[in-house]
Amino acid sequence: MKDLSYHILDIVRNSLNAGASVIETIITENSHTGVLALTIRDNGHGMSKNMVERASDPFFTTSVTKKVGLGIPLLKQNAELTGGTVTMESAKNQGTKVMVIFNSDHIDMIPRGDLALTFRNLISGNPDRDIIFRYRLDEDGFDLDTADIRRELEGINLNTREVLDHITEFIRDNLAELDKTTNKKSI
Amino acid sequence: MTNKIKNLADLRELKDKLQTKTKLRDKSETSNQLVQVKVAMATCCIATGSRETMNYIVDELDKRNIDAVVTQTGCMGYCYAEPTIEVTLPGKEPMVFGYVDVKKADEIIEKYIKGGMLVEGIIPVNYKKIDQ
Repeated sequence: MKDLSYHILDIVRNSLNAGASVIETIITENSHTGVLALTIRDNGHGMSKNMVERASDPFFTTSVTKKVGLGIPLLKQNAELTGGTVTMESAKNQGTKVMVIFNSDHIDMIPRGDLALTFRNLISGNPDRDIIFRYRLDEDGFDLDTADIRRELEGINLNTREVLDHITEFIRDNLAELDKTTNKKSI
Repeated sequence: MTNKIKNLADLRELKDKLQTKTKLRDKSETSNQLVQVKVAMATCCIATGSRETMNYIVDELDKRNIDAVVTQTGCMGYCYAEPTIEVTLPGKEPMVFGYVDVKKADEIIEKYIKGGMLVEGIIPVNYKKIDQ
């Protein structure tokens, strides 16, 4: 995976496959400590303890069409290259939480990528699920919740190009605004 | 500082505009008359650019006024030919296409979805994996 935005798309797809109706992605960046924390949690059907343990094994998968499962292993590799970690918590019929720590000042830190395109894609493919995205950079941040947008649009499908454009722009504008508040260049 | 929806007025304005558009479309459509496109979106697909392919297809079908449902699906098992998409035209059997980058997607929309003509890159249904 080239950047963080592709990893997020990949992990949220796991949540969608697990039948989750609410999927929350939270990125918390601390520019002083250089720690970037990514949490993705869902209310899907969850995993047994045994499955959680085996999820980082590239040769473990629930898929019937292939024999490998690389989503979590690749994420783990990229996190660990920066001295970070991946931890997972899951409970059957309650949901799963994936927590990733990156040291974003590390030379091997992957770029952030285009988060707007990732969420545009997730929302266009799953307009009826509640997809939440929260971004925090030190004291600032923004939130996107498709439940709010759906309420505001009263029955108009979120999977409409104009709505998707609006969401893309919302994420891009907010990220650009946040990048201005720190000296750190946008990655 | 946390701003929820940046500009609520924008969203409401959008709503009014879209309501007219949706009404026009409602008349013509029932789900089995729609073109259905499934884009494979697993780790292998994402790594080869299925996000870009899918975003392009969603945008272009709308721009070219084709009523369609575009959804995501898991790995179809053709990891060597990602990104893969499955297109079902109304009343026809599903057709799977491999190596669908943006350029290929444009060709599939123009020739297969609009014109019903077959294009290169179809993965046959009876295709067997090497180890089978």
